Amino acid sequence: MTFLRRVLGRPGGMVGAAIVAAVAAAALFAPWLSPYDPDRLSILERFAGLSPAHVLGTDQLGRDLLSRLLHGASVAMAVSLSSIGLALLGGTALGLLAASASPVWERAVLVLFDIVASFPSLILALAVVAVLGPSNTHLVGVVAVTLAPQFGRVARAQVLTVRALPFLEAERILGASAWRIMAHHVLPNIAGPLIVLASMEIPVVITIEAGLSFIGLGVRPPLASWGTLIYDGYSYLSDSTLPVLVSSAALALATLGFTLLGEAVRDAVDPRSVR
Amino acid sequence: MLLLFVLTALVPGDPVTALLGPQASPEYARRFVAEMGLDQPLPIRFLRFFGHVLAGDLGTDPISGRRVWAMVAAVVPYTVVLTFASIGLAVALGVPLGCIAAVRPGSVADHMLAFGSVTLIAVPGFVVAIVLLLVFSVWLDWLPVLGAGRAGDWADQARRLVLPVLALAAGWVGYIARLVRASMLEVLNEPYIRTSRAFGLPRRVILYKYALKNACVPVVAVVGLGVGRLLGGAVLIEIVFARPGLGRLVLDAINSRNTAVLQGAVLVVVVLFALANLGADLLYAAIDPRLRRPG
Repeated sequence: MTFLRRVLGRPGGMVGAAIVAAVAAAALFAPWLSPYDPDRLSILERFAGLSPAHVLGTDQLGRDLLSRLLHGASVAMAVSLSSIGLALLGGTALGLLAASASPVWERAVLVLFDIVASFPSLILALAVVAVLGPSNTHLVGVVAVTLAPQFGRVARAQVLTVRALPFLEAERILGASAWRIMAHHVLPNIAGPLIVLASMEIPVVITIEAGLSFIGLGVRPPLASWGTLIYDGYSYLSDSTLPVLVSSAALALATLGFTLLGEAVRDAVDPRSVR
Repeated sequence: MLLLFVLTALVPGDPVTALLGPQASPEYARRFVAEMGLDQPLPIRFLRFFGHVLAGDLGTDPISGRRVWAMVAAVVPYTVVLTFASIGLAVALGVPLGCIAAVRPGSVADHMLAFGSVTLIAVPGFVVAIVLLLVFSVWLDWLPVLGAGRAGDWADQARRLVLPVLALAAGWVGYIARLVRASMLEVLNEPYIRTSRAFGLPRRVILYKYALKNACVPVVAVVGLGVGRLLGGAVLIEIVFARPGLGRLVLDAINSRNTAVLQGAVLVVVVLFALANLGADLLYAAIDPRLRRPG
Protein backbone atom coordinates (compact mmCIF):
# COMPACT_ATOMS: atom_id res chain seq x y z
CA MET A 1 0.00 0.00 0.00
CA THR A 2 2.73 2.44 0.95
CA PHE A 3 4.53 1.43 -2.22
CA LEU A 4 1.51 2.28 -4.32
CA ARG A 5 1.16 5.58 -2.49
CA ARG A 6 4.81 6.38 -3.09
CA VAL A 7 4.39 5.72 -6.81
CA LEU A 8 1.16 7.66 -7.17
CA GLY A 9 2.31 10.41 -4.83
CA ARG A 10 4.51 11.92 -7.51
CA PRO A 11 2.78 13.96 -10.18
CA GLY A 12 4.64 12.03 -12.87
CA GLY A 13 3.60 8.73 -11.33
CA MET A 14 -0.03 9.79 -11.16
CA VAL A 15 -0.17 10.95 -14.79
CA GLY A 16 1.81 7.92 -15.93
CA ALA A 17 -0.44 5.51 -14.03
CA ALA A 18 -3.54 7.14 -15.51
CA ILE A 19 -2.21 6.82 -19.07
CA VAL A 20 -1.02 3.26 -18.49
CA ALA A 21 -4.39 2.32 -17.02
CA ALA A 22 -6.09 3.75 -20.10
CA VAL A 23 -3.76 1.89 -22.47
CA ALA A 24 -4.17 -1.34 -20.49
CA ALA A 25 -7.94 -0.97 -20.55
CA ALA A 26 -7.84 -0.30 -24.28
CA ALA A 27 -5.63 -3.35 -24.79
CA LEU A 28 -7.79 -5.67 -22.69
CA PHE A 29 -11.19 -4.52 -23.84
CA ALA A 30 -10.43 -3.46 -27.41
CA PRO A 31 -13.03 -5.81 -28.97
CA TRP A 32 -15.77 -4.38 -26.74
CA LEU A 33 -14.67 -0.74 -26.71
CA SER A 34 -14.24 -0.45 -30.47
CA PRO A 35 -17.21 1.06 -32.22
CA TYR A 36 -16.36 -0.86 -35.43
CA ASP A 37 -14.49 -3.91 -36.58
CA PRO A 38 -10.93 -2.54 -37.01
CA ASP A 39 -10.65 -4.22 -40.42
CA ARG A 40 -14.07 -3.16 -41.74
CA LEU A 41 -13.51 -1.36 -45.04
CA SER A 42 -15.72 1.48 -46.11
CA ILE A 43 -14.18 3.11 -49.14
CA LEU A 44 -16.88 5.77 -49.36
CA GLU A 45 -15.89 7.04 -45.94
CA ARG A 46 -12.13 7.18 -46.58
CA PHE A 47 -10.27 10.04 -44.85
CA ALA A 48 -13.37 11.01 -42.89
CA GLY A 49 -12.68 13.81 -40.44
CA LEU A 50 -13.62 13.92 -36.78
CA SER A 51 -17.33 13.15 -36.46
CA PRO A 52 -19.68 11.41 -34.03
CA ALA A 53 -19.72 8.36 -36.33
CA HIS A 54 -15.92 8.17 -36.46
CA VAL A 55 -14.61 9.90 -33.37
CA LEU A 56 -11.02 9.95 -34.61
CA GLY A 57 -11.77 9.79 -38.32
CA THR A 58 -10.94 7.03 -40.80
CA ASP A 59 -7.88 5.88 -42.75
CA GLN A 60 -7.19 5.49 -46.47
CA LEU A 61 -9.55 2.49 -46.69
CA GLY A 62 -12.27 4.03 -44.56
CA ARG A 63 -11.40 1.91 -41.53
CA ASP A 64 -12.33 3.47 -38.20
CA LEU A 65 -9.16 4.87 -36.62
CA LEU A 66 -10.36 4.69 -33.03
CA SER A 67 -11.09 0.99 -33.40
CA ARG A 68 -7.73 0.39 -35.05
CA LEU A 69 -5.87 2.35 -32.37
CA LEU A 70 -7.60 0.40 -29.59
CA HIS A 71 -6.58 -2.87 -31.22
CA GLY A 72 -3.10 -1.41 -31.71
CA ALA A 73 -2.90 -1.05 -27.94
CA SER A 74 -3.47 -4.82 -27.61
CA VAL A 75 -0.66 -5.49 -30.07
CA ALA A 76 1.74 -3.11 -28.32
CA MET A 77 0.97 -4.59 -24.91
CA ALA A 78 1.12 -8.20 -26.11
CA VAL A 79 4.47 -7.68 -27.82
CA SER A 80 6.06 -5.69 -25.01
CA LEU A 81 4.82 -7.85 -22.14
CA SER A 82 5.69 -11.15 -23.80
CA SER A 83 9.14 -10.08 -24.98
CA ILE A 84 9.99 -8.43 -21.66
CA GLY A 85 8.72 -11.50 -19.83
CA LEU A 86 10.94 -13.74 -21.94
CA ALA A 87 13.92 -11.41 -21.53
CA LEU A 88 13.32 -11.27 -17.77
CA LEU A 89 13.18 -15.07 -17.46
CA GLY A 90 16.05 -15.82 -19.82
CA GLY A 91 18.26 -12.96 -18.70
CA THR A 92 17.74 -13.70 -15.02
CA ALA A 93 18.46 -17.40 -15.54
CA LEU A 94 21.69 -16.58 -17.37
CA GLY A 95 22.59 -13.96 -14.77
CA LEU A 96 22.09 -16.48 -11.96
CA LEU A 97 24.16 -18.98 -13.89
CA ALA A 98 26.93 -16.44 -14.33
CA ALA A 99 26.87 -15.58 -10.64
CA SER A 100 26.83 -19.14 -9.32
CA ALA A 101 28.50 -21.41 -11.87
CA SER A 102 32.20 -21.88 -12.53
CA PRO A 103 34.31 -18.94 -13.75
CA VAL A 104 34.37 -20.45 -17.25
CA TRP A 105 30.59 -20.31 -17.46
CA GLU A 106 30.59 -16.84 -15.98
CA ARG A 107 33.07 -15.66 -18.62
CA ALA A 108 31.06 -17.31 -21.40
CA VAL A 109 27.77 -15.74 -20.30
CA LEU A 110 29.33 -12.30 -19.93
CA VAL A 111 30.93 -12.49 -23.37
CA LEU A 112 27.56 -13.55 -24.80
CA PHE A 113 25.94 -10.52 -23.16
CA ASP A 114 28.65 -8.25 -24.55
CA ILE A 115 28.20 -9.63 -28.06
CA VAL A 116 24.46 -9.07 -28.04
CA ALA A 117 24.86 -5.65 -26.47
CA SER A 118 27.40 -4.59 -29.06
CA PHE A 119 24.70 -4.48 -31.72
CA PRO A 120 22.45 -1.46 -31.81
CA SER A 121 19.17 -3.21 -30.92
CA LEU A 122 17.20 -1.94 -33.89
CA ILE A 123 19.95 -3.05 -36.28
CA LEU A 124 20.05 -6.50 -34.69
CA ALA A 125 16.28 -6.72 -34.96
CA LEU A 126 16.48 -5.69 -38.62
CA ALA A 127 19.15 -8.29 -39.38
CA VAL A 128 17.28 -11.11 -37.66
CA VAL A 129 13.94 -10.22 -39.19
CA ALA A 130 15.65 -10.02 -42.56
CA VAL A 131 17.02 -13.53 -42.25
CA LEU A 132 14.10 -15.27 -40.58
CA GLY A 133 11.39 -13.28 -42.30
CA PRO A 134 8.98 -10.97 -40.52
CA SER A 135 6.59 -12.69 -38.13
CA ASN A 136 5.11 -11.84 -34.77
CA THR A 137 7.04 -14.64 -33.06
CA HIS A 138 10.36 -13.50 -34.49
CA LEU A 139 9.60 -9.96 -33.42
CA VAL A 140 8.99 -10.99 -29.83
CA GLY A 141 12.00 -13.31 -29.88
CA VAL A 142 14.46 -10.79 -31.23
CA VAL A 143 13.33 -8.06 -28.85
CA ALA A 144 13.62 -10.50 -25.96
CA VAL A 145 17.16 -11.43 -27.02
CA THR A 146 18.29 -7.81 -27.27
CA LEU A 147 16.88 -7.04 -23.82
CA ALA A 148 18.01 -10.18 -22.01
CA PRO A 149 21.62 -9.04 -21.36
CA GLN A 150 20.40 -6.03 -19.39
CA PHE A 151 18.35 -8.27 -17.09
CA GLY A 152 21.20 -10.75 -16.91
CA ARG A 153 23.74 -8.14 -15.87
CA VAL A 154 21.45 -6.67 -13.23
CA ALA A 155 20.58 -10.15 -11.93
CA ARG A 156 24.23 -11.17 -11.71
CA ALA A 157 25.30 -7.96 -9.97
CA GLN A 158 22.42 -8.26 -7.51
CA VAL A 159 23.17 -11.89 -6.73
CA LEU A 160 26.80 -11.05 -6.05
CA THR A 161 25.72 -8.29 -3.65
CA VAL A 162 23.01 -10.27 -1.91
CA ARG A 163 25.07 -13.42 -1.54
CA ALA A 164 27.63 -11.64 0.60
CA LEU A 165 24.99 -10.62 3.17
CA PRO A 166 25.27 -12.20 6.63
CA PHE A 167 21.85 -13.87 6.62
CA LEU A 168 22.79 -15.97 3.59
CA GLU A 169 26.01 -16.96 5.26
CA ALA A 170 23.90 -18.06 8.23
CA GLU A 171 21.66 -20.10 5.92
CA ARG A 172 24.70 -21.79 4.42
CA ILE A 173 26.07 -22.62 7.85
CA LEU A 174 22.68 -24.07 8.79
CA GLY A 175 23.09 -26.39 5.81
CA ALA A 176 20.50 -25.02 3.38
CA SER A 177 20.99 -26.33 -0.14
CA ALA A 178 22.21 -24.02 -2.89
CA TRP A 179 18.85 -24.43 -4.62
CA ARG A 180 16.90 -23.50 -1.51
CA ILE A 181 19.08 -20.45 -0.94
CA MET A 182 18.62 -19.34 -4.54
CA ALA A 183 14.87 -19.83 -4.72
CA HIS A 184 13.85 -18.73 -1.24
CA HIS A 185 16.38 -16.09 -0.35
CA VAL A 186 18.28 -14.73 -3.32
CA LEU A 187 15.47 -14.43 -5.87
CA PRO A 188 13.04 -12.49 -3.66
CA ASN A 189 15.84 -10.12 -2.75
CA ILE A 190 16.90 -9.36 -6.29
CA ALA A 191 13.38 -9.08 -7.71
CA GLY A 192 13.00 -5.34 -7.02
CA PRO A 193 15.64 -3.97 -9.40
CA LEU A 194 14.61 -6.48 -12.08
CA ILE A 195 10.99 -5.38 -11.91
CA VAL A 196 12.05 -1.74 -12.08
CA LEU A 197 14.13 -2.52 -15.16
CA ALA A 198 11.21 -4.40 -16.70
CA SER A 199 8.86 -1.47 -16.21
CA MET A 200 11.44 0.93 -17.66
CA GLU A 201 11.81 -1.26 -20.74
CA ILE A 202 8.11 -1.29 -21.68
CA PRO A 203 8.19 2.06 -23.53
CA VAL A 204 11.45 1.05 -25.19
CA VAL A 205 9.88 -2.13 -26.54
CA ILE A 206 6.74 -0.32 -27.65
CA THR A 207 9.00 2.05 -29.58
CA ILE A 208 10.99 -0.78 -31.18
CA GLU A 209 7.80 -2.64 -32.13
CA ALA A 210 6.25 0.49 -33.62
CA GLY A 211 9.50 1.35 -35.41
CA LEU A 212 9.79 -2.10 -36.98
CA SER A 213 6.12 -2.13 -37.91
CA PHE A 214 6.56 1.35 -39.38
CA ILE A 215 9.09 0.01 -41.86
CA GLY A 216 7.00 -3.07 -42.52
CA LEU A 217 9.12 -5.57 -40.59
CA GLY A 218 7.13 -5.76 -37.39
CA VAL A 219 3.75 -7.30 -36.68
CA ARG A 220 2.06 -8.79 -39.72
CA PRO A 221 -1.21 -7.66 -41.23
CA PRO A 222 -4.10 -7.88 -40.55
CA LEU A 223 -2.96 -6.99 -37.03
CA ALA A 224 -3.02 -3.23 -36.63
CA SER A 225 0.07 -1.97 -34.83
CA TRP A 226 0.52 1.69 -33.98
CA GLY A 227 3.62 1.63 -36.16
CA THR A 228 1.63 0.28 -39.11
CA LEU A 229 -1.04 2.91 -38.58
CA ILE A 230 1.56 5.67 -38.52
CA TYR A 231 3.09 4.32 -41.71
CA ASP A 232 -0.32 4.19 -43.43
CA GLY A 233 -0.99 7.76 -42.35
CA TYR A 234 2.46 8.84 -43.44
CA SER A 235 2.00 7.27 -46.88
CA TYR A 236 -1.24 9.18 -47.45
CA LEU A 237 -0.02 12.43 -45.93
CA SER A 238 -1.03 14.41 -48.99
CA ASP A 239 -4.64 13.16 -48.72
CA SER A 240 -5.17 13.71 -45.02
CA THR A 241 -2.94 14.60 -42.09
CA LEU A 242 -5.45 13.37 -39.53
CA PRO A 243 -4.58 9.62 -39.48
CA VAL A 244 -0.85 10.17 -39.01
CA LEU A 245 -1.43 12.80 -36.32
CA VAL A 246 -3.91 10.68 -34.37
CA SER A 247 -1.84 7.51 -34.46
CA SER A 248 1.43 9.33 -33.69
CA ALA A 249 -0.27 11.00 -30.74
CA ALA A 250 -1.50 7.64 -29.45
CA LEU A 251 1.98 6.13 -29.65
CA ALA A 252 3.65 9.18 -28.10
CA LEU A 253 1.11 9.33 -25.27
CA ALA A 254 1.51 5.64 -24.48
CA THR A 255 5.32 5.73 -24.40
CA LEU A 256 5.20 8.90 -22.29
CA GLY A 257 2.78 7.28 -19.85
CA PHE A 258 4.88 4.14 -19.47
CA THR A 259 8.07 6.19 -19.09
CA LEU A 260 6.55 8.37 -16.36
CA LEU A 261 5.18 5.34 -14.52
CA GLY A 262 8.44 3.42 -14.88
CA GLU A 263 10.40 6.30 -13.43
CA ALA A 264 7.97 6.72 -10.57
CA VAL A 265 8.28 3.00 -9.79
CA ARG A 266 12.07 3.29 -9.88
CA ASP A 267 12.06 6.28 -7.56
CA ALA A 268 9.70 4.52 -5.18
CA VAL A 269 11.83 1.37 -5.06
CA ASP A 270 15.11 3.22 -4.81
CA PRO A 271 14.75 6.61 -3.13
CA ARG A 272 18.48 7.22 -3.66
CA SER A 273 17.89 7.70 -7.39
CA VAL A 274 15.95 10.90 -6.67
CA ARG A 275 18.34 13.77 -6.51
CA MET B 1 39.97 -1.55 -23.47
CA LEU B 2 41.50 -4.78 -24.68
CA LEU B 3 38.13 -6.43 -24.28
CA LEU B 4 36.66 -3.95 -26.71
CA PHE B 5 39.24 -4.84 -29.34
CA VAL B 6 38.60 -8.53 -28.80
CA LEU B 7 34.90 -7.91 -29.10
CA THR B 8 35.24 -5.97 -32.31
CA ALA B 9 36.89 -9.05 -33.73
CA LEU B 10 34.33 -11.40 -32.18
CA VAL B 11 31.14 -9.58 -32.87
CA PRO B 12 30.64 -9.90 -36.61
CA GLY B 13 30.69 -13.69 -36.35
CA ASP B 14 27.12 -13.45 -35.36
CA PRO B 15 25.48 -11.71 -38.31
CA VAL B 16 27.61 -13.62 -40.75
CA THR B 17 26.60 -17.03 -39.54
CA ALA B 18 23.04 -15.82 -39.08
CA LEU B 19 22.68 -14.03 -42.40
CA LEU B 20 24.00 -16.90 -44.44
CA GLY B 21 21.20 -19.09 -43.12
CA PRO B 22 19.19 -21.21 -45.57
CA GLN B 23 16.02 -19.13 -45.30
CA ALA B 24 16.51 -17.05 -48.43
CA SER B 25 14.15 -17.78 -51.31
CA PRO B 26 15.18 -20.93 -53.25
CA GLU B 27 16.25 -19.37 -56.54
CA TYR B 28 18.18 -16.68 -54.72
CA ALA B 29 19.77 -19.24 -52.44
CA ARG B 30 20.91 -21.30 -55.42
CA ARG B 31 22.48 -18.36 -57.14
CA PHE B 32 23.99 -17.14 -53.92
CA VAL B 33 25.43 -20.55 -53.14
CA ALA B 34 27.01 -20.75 -56.56
CA GLU B 35 28.42 -17.25 -56.53
CA MET B 36 29.64 -17.07 -52.99
CA GLY B 37 30.89 -20.60 -52.52
CA LEU B 38 28.34 -21.26 -49.81
CA ASP B 39 28.50 -24.99 -50.37
CA GLN B 40 31.67 -24.78 -48.32
CA PRO B 41 31.42 -25.71 -44.64
CA LEU B 42 30.58 -22.90 -42.25
CA PRO B 43 34.01 -22.26 -40.71
CA ILE B 44 35.57 -21.97 -44.16
CA ARG B 45 32.92 -19.51 -45.29
CA PHE B 46 33.46 -17.58 -42.14
CA LEU B 47 37.22 -17.45 -42.62
CA ARG B 48 36.86 -16.52 -46.27
CA PHE B 49 34.49 -13.69 -45.51
CA PHE B 50 36.84 -12.37 -42.89
CA GLY B 51 39.84 -12.82 -45.10
CA HIS B 52 38.11 -10.60 -47.63
CA VAL B 53 36.97 -8.13 -45.01
CA LEU B 54 40.47 -7.77 -43.66
CA ALA B 55 41.66 -7.16 -47.18
CA GLY B 56 39.09 -4.38 -47.40
CA ASP B 57 36.66 -6.32 -49.58
CA LEU B 58 33.04 -6.68 -48.53
CA GLY B 59 32.10 -8.72 -51.58
CA THR B 60 29.91 -7.96 -54.57
CA ASP B 61 26.22 -7.23 -54.73
CA PRO B 62 24.86 -10.18 -56.75
CA ILE B 63 21.92 -8.09 -58.01
CA SER B 64 23.53 -4.92 -59.29
CA GLY B 65 27.04 -6.31 -59.61
CA ARG B 66 28.47 -3.33 -57.74
CA ARG B 67 31.07 -3.66 -55.01
CA VAL B 68 29.37 -3.69 -51.62
CA TRP B 69 32.21 -1.61 -50.27
CA ALA B 70 31.49 1.14 -52.80
CA MET B 71 27.76 1.02 -52.06
CA VAL B 72 28.35 1.33 -48.33
CA ALA B 73 30.99 4.02 -48.74
CA ALA B 74 28.61 6.05 -50.90
CA VAL B 75 25.99 6.32 -48.15
CA VAL B 76 28.07 6.25 -44.96
CA PRO B 77 28.84 10.00 -45.03
CA TYR B 78 25.10 10.83 -44.95
CA THR B 79 24.52 8.68 -41.88
CA VAL B 80 27.68 9.80 -40.14
CA VAL B 81 26.90 13.49 -40.72
CA LEU B 82 23.34 12.98 -39.50
CA THR B 83 24.48 11.08 -36.40
CA PHE B 84 27.25 13.45 -35.40
CA ALA B 85 25.24 16.59 -36.11
CA SER B 86 22.50 15.16 -33.88
CA ILE B 87 24.90 14.28 -31.07
CA GLY B 88 26.45 17.74 -31.41
CA LEU B 89 23.07 19.44 -31.24
CA ALA B 90 21.99 17.27 -28.31
CA VAL B 91 25.12 18.21 -26.36
CA ALA B 92 24.90 21.87 -27.35
CA LEU B 93 21.30 22.11 -26.11
CA GLY B 94 21.33 19.48 -23.36
CA VAL B 95 24.34 20.71 -21.39
CA PRO B 96 23.14 24.31 -20.91
CA LEU B 97 19.60 23.12 -20.14
CA GLY B 98 20.94 20.71 -17.53
CA CYS B 99 23.01 23.52 -16.00
CA ILE B 100 20.01 25.84 -15.80
CA ALA B 101 18.06 23.12 -14.00
CA ALA B 102 20.93 22.25 -11.66
CA VAL B 103 21.70 25.82 -10.65
CA ARG B 104 18.21 26.30 -9.25
CA PRO B 105 16.94 22.86 -8.22
CA GLY B 106 13.25 22.89 -7.38
CA SER B 107 12.55 26.07 -9.32
CA VAL B 108 9.80 26.42 -11.91
CA ALA B 109 12.40 26.24 -14.67
CA ASP B 110 13.75 23.02 -13.16
CA HIS B 111 10.31 21.40 -13.06
CA MET B 112 9.50 22.49 -16.59
CA LEU B 113 12.82 21.17 -17.86
CA ALA B 114 12.30 17.90 -15.99
CA PHE B 115 8.93 17.36 -17.63
CA GLY B 116 10.26 18.47 -21.00
CA SER B 117 13.17 16.04 -20.76
CA VAL B 118 10.94 13.08 -19.95
CA THR B 119 8.69 13.94 -22.84
CA LEU B 120 11.60 14.21 -25.24
CA ILE B 121 13.05 10.93 -24.01
CA ALA B 122 9.75 9.09 -24.14
CA VAL B 123 8.44 10.09 -27.54
CA PRO B 124 9.88 7.91 -30.31
CA GLY B 125 12.22 9.72 -32.70
CA PHE B 126 10.31 8.81 -35.82
CA VAL B 127 7.15 10.28 -34.37
CA VAL B 128 9.05 13.51 -33.71
CA ALA B 129 10.29 13.30 -37.29
CA ILE B 130 6.81 12.98 -38.72
CA VAL B 131 5.46 15.82 -36.63
CA LEU B 132 8.38 18.10 -37.62
CA LEU B 133 7.84 17.16 -41.22
CA LEU B 134 4.14 17.99 -40.98
CA VAL B 135 4.63 21.30 -39.23
CA PHE B 136 7.68 22.74 -40.96
CA SER B 137 7.38 21.31 -44.42
CA VAL B 138 3.74 20.56 -45.10
CA TRP B 139 1.98 23.30 -43.14
CA LEU B 140 4.52 26.10 -42.86
CA ASP B 141 6.47 25.15 -45.98
CA TRP B 142 9.67 26.57 -44.46
CA LEU B 143 12.07 23.77 -45.19
CA PRO B 144 12.36 21.26 -48.00
CA VAL B 145 11.82 17.75 -46.76
CA LEU B 146 12.78 14.81 -48.78
CA GLY B 147 16.15 13.58 -49.88
CA ALA B 148 19.61 14.79 -48.95
CA GLY B 149 19.83 17.64 -51.43
CA ARG B 150 21.74 18.16 -54.65
CA ALA B 151 25.30 16.95 -54.65
CA GLY B 152 27.75 19.83 -54.30
CA ASP B 153 25.09 22.30 -53.18
CA TRP B 154 26.10 22.71 -49.53
CA ALA B 155 23.37 25.17 -48.59
CA ASP B 156 20.66 22.88 -49.94
CA GLN B 157 22.13 19.85 -48.20
CA ALA B 158 22.39 21.74 -44.91
CA ARG B 159 18.77 22.91 -45.16
CA ARG B 160 17.61 19.36 -45.73
CA LEU B 161 19.63 18.21 -42.72
CA VAL B 162 17.85 20.51 -40.24
CA LEU B 163 14.70 18.50 -39.60
CA PRO B 164 16.28 15.03 -39.52
CA VAL B 165 18.91 16.28 -37.08
CA LEU B 166 16.27 17.87 -34.85
CA ALA B 167 14.22 14.68 -34.87
CA LEU B 168 17.17 12.44 -34.09
CA ALA B 169 18.58 14.77 -31.44
CA ALA B 170 15.29 15.40 -29.59
CA GLY B 171 15.45 12.40 -27.27
CA TRP B 172 19.10 12.95 -26.53
CA VAL B 173 18.61 16.60 -25.62
CA GLY B 174 16.31 15.45 -22.83
CA TYR B 175 18.59 12.63 -21.82
CA ILE B 176 21.74 14.75 -21.68
CA ALA B 177 19.97 17.60 -19.90
CA ARG B 178 18.90 15.19 -17.16
CA LEU B 179 22.31 13.62 -16.92
CA VAL B 180 24.08 16.98 -16.68
CA ARG B 181 21.61 18.15 -14.05
CA ALA B 182 22.13 15.07 -11.90
CA SER B 183 25.90 15.03 -12.17
CA MET B 184 26.12 18.80 -11.72
CA LEU B 185 24.14 18.55 -8.47
CA GLU B 186 26.47 15.80 -7.33
CA VAL B 187 29.59 17.78 -8.20
CA LEU B 188 28.25 20.90 -6.48
CA ASN B 189 28.12 18.92 -3.24
CA GLU B 190 31.80 18.06 -3.38
CA PRO B 191 34.23 19.55 -0.90
CA TYR B 192 36.34 21.29 -3.54
CA ILE B 193 33.39 23.38 -4.61
CA ARG B 194 32.74 24.36 -1.03
CA THR B 195 36.40 25.27 -0.68
CA SER B 196 36.39 27.46 -3.75
CA ARG B 197 33.25 29.12 -2.45
CA ALA B 198 35.01 29.76 0.84
CA PHE B 199 37.87 31.33 -1.07
CA GLY B 200 35.37 33.81 -2.42
CA LEU B 201 35.51 32.84 -6.08
CA PRO B 202 32.65 34.27 -8.11
CA ARG B 203 29.71 31.86 -8.46
CA ARG B 204 29.99 31.96 -12.24
CA VAL B 205 33.61 30.82 -12.18
CA ILE B 206 32.83 28.04 -9.74
CA LEU B 207 29.86 26.81 -11.74
CA TYR B 208 31.22 26.97 -15.23
CA LYS B 209 34.94 26.62 -14.74
CA TYR B 210 35.20 24.04 -11.96
CA ALA B 211 31.88 22.24 -11.62
CA LEU B 212 30.81 21.88 -15.24
CA LYS B 213 34.08 20.33 -16.32
CA ASN B 214 33.65 17.41 -13.94
CA ALA B 215 29.92 17.22 -14.46
CA CYS B 216 30.51 16.60 -18.16
CA VAL B 217 32.49 13.40 -17.63
CA PRO B 218 29.47 11.06 -17.62
CA VAL B 219 28.13 12.83 -20.70
CA VAL B 220 31.13 11.63 -22.69
CA ALA B 221 30.41 8.00 -21.78
CA VAL B 222 26.75 8.35 -22.64
CA VAL B 223 27.52 10.03 -25.94
CA GLY B 224 29.71 7.07 -26.91
CA LEU B 225 26.89 4.65 -26.23
CA GLY B 226 24.47 7.08 -27.79
CA VAL B 227 26.12 6.89 -31.16
CA GLY B 228 25.06 3.27 -31.42
CA ARG B 229 21.48 3.98 -30.42
CA LEU B 230 21.48 6.92 -32.83
CA LEU B 231 22.66 4.73 -35.68
CA GLY B 232 19.61 2.55 -35.02
CA GLY B 233 17.32 5.57 -34.77
CA ALA B 234 18.83 7.02 -37.92
CA VAL B 235 17.39 4.10 -39.89
CA LEU B 236 13.86 5.28 -39.19
CA ILE B 237 14.66 8.96 -39.57
CA GLU B 238 16.28 8.32 -42.93
CA ILE B 239 13.17 6.51 -44.08
CA VAL B 240 10.78 9.22 -42.89
CA PHE B 241 12.79 11.91 -44.68
CA ALA B 242 13.65 9.68 -47.66
CA ARG B 243 17.35 10.35 -47.13
CA PRO B 244 20.07 8.08 -48.44
CA GLY B 245 22.12 6.44 -45.70
CA LEU B 246 23.11 3.21 -44.03
CA GLY B 247 19.61 2.69 -42.68
CA ARG B 248 18.08 3.08 -46.08
CA LEU B 249 20.67 0.70 -47.54
CA VAL B 250 19.96 -1.93 -44.88
CA LEU B 251 16.21 -1.67 -45.38
CA ASP B 252 16.46 -1.86 -49.17
CA ALA B 253 18.77 -4.85 -48.84
CA ILE B 254 16.24 -6.55 -46.59
CA ASN B 255 13.35 -5.86 -48.90
CA SER B 256 15.21 -7.16 -51.94
CA ARG B 257 16.63 -10.05 -49.89
CA ASN B 258 20.10 -8.89 -50.79
CA THR B 259 22.17 -10.74 -48.22
CA ALA B 260 25.57 -9.60 -49.49
CA VAL B 261 24.72 -5.92 -49.13
CA LEU B 262 22.95 -6.51 -45.85
CA GLN B 263 25.99 -8.27 -44.42
CA GLY B 264 28.35 -5.53 -45.48
CA ALA B 265 26.13 -2.74 -44.23
CA VAL B 266 25.45 -4.39 -40.87
CA LEU B 267 29.15 -5.12 -40.46
CA VAL B 268 29.94 -1.46 -41.06
CA VAL B 269 27.27 -0.36 -38.57
CA VAL B 270 28.64 -2.69 -35.91
CA VAL B 271 32.21 -1.53 -36.54
CA LEU B 272 31.13 2.13 -36.36
CA PHE B 273 29.33 1.35 -33.13
CA ALA B 274 32.39 -0.36 -31.66
CA LEU B 275 34.65 2.49 -32.77
CA ALA B 276 32.32 5.01 -31.16
CA ASN B 277 32.44 3.09 -27.89
CA LEU B 278 36.19 2.83 -28.08
CA GLY B 279 36.49 6.53 -28.83
CA ALA B 280 34.28 7.37 -25.87
CA ASP B 281 36.34 5.14 -23.59
CA LEU B 282 39.59 6.76 -24.70
CA LEU B 283 38.14 10.24 -24.35
CA TYR B 284 36.78 9.32 -20.95
CA ALA B 285 40.20 8.29 -19.72
CA ALA B 286 41.77 11.36 -21.26
CA ILE B 287 39.49 13.87 -19.56
CA ASP B 288 39.14 12.14 -16.21
CA PRO B 289 42.54 11.38 -14.68
CA ARG B 290 40.87 9.32 -11.96
CA LEU B 291 40.07 6.62 -14.51
CA ARG B 292 43.62 6.21 -15.71
CA ARG B 293 45.26 3.09 -14.50
CA PRO B 294 48.22 3.78 -12.23
CA GLY B 295 51.60 2.90 -13.64
